Amino acid sequence: MSDDLLIEARDLSVHFPIRGGGLFGPAVVVRAVEGVNLDIEKGSFFGLVGESGSGKTTLGRALLKAAPISRGSVQYNDGEVQHDLTKIDGKALKDYRSRAQLIFQDPYAALSPRMTVRDIIAEPLEVMGLTSSREETDERVREIAAKCRLNLEHLRRFPHAFSGGQRQRISIARALVSGPRFVVADESVAALDVSIQADVLNLLKEIQQEMGLTFMFISHDLSVVAHICDHVAVMYLGRLVESAPTRELFAAPRHPYTKALLSAIPSLDPDAPNIAQKLEGEIPSPTNPPPGCKFQTRCPYATDICRKEEPKLEHSSGEHEVACHHWQDLMD
Amino acid sequence: MTRLLDVENLTLKFKTDEGLITAVDNVSFTLEAGEVMGLVGESGSGKSVTAKSLMKLNASNAVYDERTKIVLHLDDGPVDIMTLKSSKDLRVVRGGAISMIFQEPMASFAPAISIGDQMVEQLQIHTDMNAKRAKEVSIEMLDRVGISDASTRFKQYAFELSGGMRQRAMIAMALSTRPKLLIADEPTTALDVTIQAQVIDLMKDLVTEFGMGIVFITHDLGVIAQTADSVAVMYLSRIVEQGTVRDVIRRPAHPYTKGLLAALPSLDDLDRPLTPVPGDIPSPLDRPSGCVFNTRCSANLGAVCSRDLPDFTTVADSHRVACHLFNEGAAK
Repeated sequence: MSDDLLIEARDLSVHFPIRGGGLFGPAVVVRAVEGVNLDIEKGSFFGLVGESGSGKTTLGRALLKAAPISRGSVQYNDGEVQHDLTKIDGKALKDYRSRAQLIFQDPYAALSPRMTVRDIIAEPLEVMGLTSSREETDERVREIAAKCRLNLEHLRRFPHAFSGGQRQRISIARALVSGPRFVVADESVAALDVSIQADVLNLLKEIQQEMGLTFMFISHDLSVVAHICDHVAVMYLGRLVESAPTRELFAAPRHPYTKALLSAIPSLDPDAPNIAQKLEGEIPSPTNPPPGCKFQTRCPYATDICRKEEPKLEHSSGEHEVACHHWQDLMD
Repeated sequence: MTRLLDVENLTLKFKTDEGLITAVDNVSFTLEAGEVMGLVGESGSGKSVTAKSLMKLNASNAVYDERTKIVLHLDDGPVDIMTLKSSKDLRVVRGGAISMIFQEPMASFAPAISIGDQMVEQLQIHTDMNAKRAKEVSIEMLDRVGISDASTRFKQYAFELSGGMRQRAMIAMALSTRPKLLIADEPTTALDVTIQAQVIDLMKDLVTEFGMGIVFITHDLGVIAQTADSVAVMYLSRIVEQGTVRDVIRRPAHPYTKGLLAALPSLDDLDRPLTPVPGDIPSPLDRPSGCVFNTRCSANLGAVCSRDLPDFTTVADSHRVACHLFNEGAAK
């Protein structure tokens, strides 16, 4: 694994059995993530986009060892420590927990209403035993709260006294207090109003640069991802269909799904020509995925080969990767 | 164009244990037949309460101010909605002349009654169709909104439909009574972008076909730009700016509208920094005096803004803004 990489996933799959085989018919397995190869560079802001049901949350959780890895490997290397997530347990897992953290989507559900803000932020330190005295804990809590632009006088209050944006800053402080190297932010601004969302995005970017963190930013909102991420991967039905540096992806998308996603974003210009490549239908169920390319049921360019053979993620140029049989024919 | 709806001085307070909370303050607008009016604002700005007032659908602790006047112009003469008291009288507008589509289609269908039975039931209440004819009309509508195999879907339950399909069924049900006015409360917010594009297209087609007026509530300015003819921007229970979509989005006058547009990530310019609107929406219990936006306004003029409520100033034909910056007589 190259030294520039923090996370390297190979053939990563996460399967959830939802019904065992036997008396009541054949076993049913949801293939939430299937054969994903993924490299996340140290210090990058990595975006993961896709529609609901595409497996982006499960992939993020698998990288945190919070979802069962059914097949494949995930390596973590931050320069100090190396972990193999398929074999990790006990002490090593505890160490990984302090190095890899998660920020949740809903700041209303993620904070316990019975704990003060100070206790919420201090909890990871106490659970992981990272500090030796109450004074040290308080010191760390105040330091990270200030970094997340929380008013230190508010640490004694309870979450109900705060607005959505402030609550999200509390969740961010809690995720960062253990000094992680890798943070997964799962739809962390989706529940916020536009005027507040920009504030939280700017904060995340600032903290990432200041603390040299590596972020995985999971979102369904392409315009947010375009603004904050360096590299973007697009998921569809458990597979990565395209992965590229942000500018390249948005300037020259290669996969028909990415193209359709981009053109479906409503433009702010009321007179924008309606060039949207409208997709018919909806994302198929992951319990019963179509054969061949997973996107063939909605793809306007699907041919026989798409219905038979699943395309592999291949390099189209530089760091730009795409999984489509026809990407070369579709270049314009 | 013919006038469909007149709303004058709509003011509504909720009686709560903590006192009277002003949810809508002096809101006035008009709607023509065939016009789509967007109502934009952040959570808590009063947009849903405004829309629900059109059917007097707010909770029983709502107190309408006596100056409030809502007149719906129907074929057999105007209806003054504020004078309708009993639910029998209100049936003319609720589900009859006015239909509503909600944000979460799963929560708006009864889970234990089939989609078809629910559609037939409301047709029998609001029209003089018999059961057989109501069934035909319902299946026809399901087909019209792009649900394939409509007669099978007719017998299914809400949980058997996907999110996009449920929202289509909701639209079919709302339109089957041929309402004059459709209220769409965040109809695409819970949907993925590709499905959102399909639903927006469908709604545009249906406006052309049925010629009804639509009040479209959303927090997404992009969706407004693509669907609405006119737009009203709400902040903390008041309309701060209204006009045609082109005027308001291309030449925003109010500092809040400008702030919203600057906070919005845009795909056209990835380098533009996101500028949040500073601060948070004040609690409705703690409304600022003077202009409601003065606590977060970057163009605050000082005393006049925190003392006087700004009047509407016309900046172009139908483009009006409530801000002291445009008030000629205001002291600088």
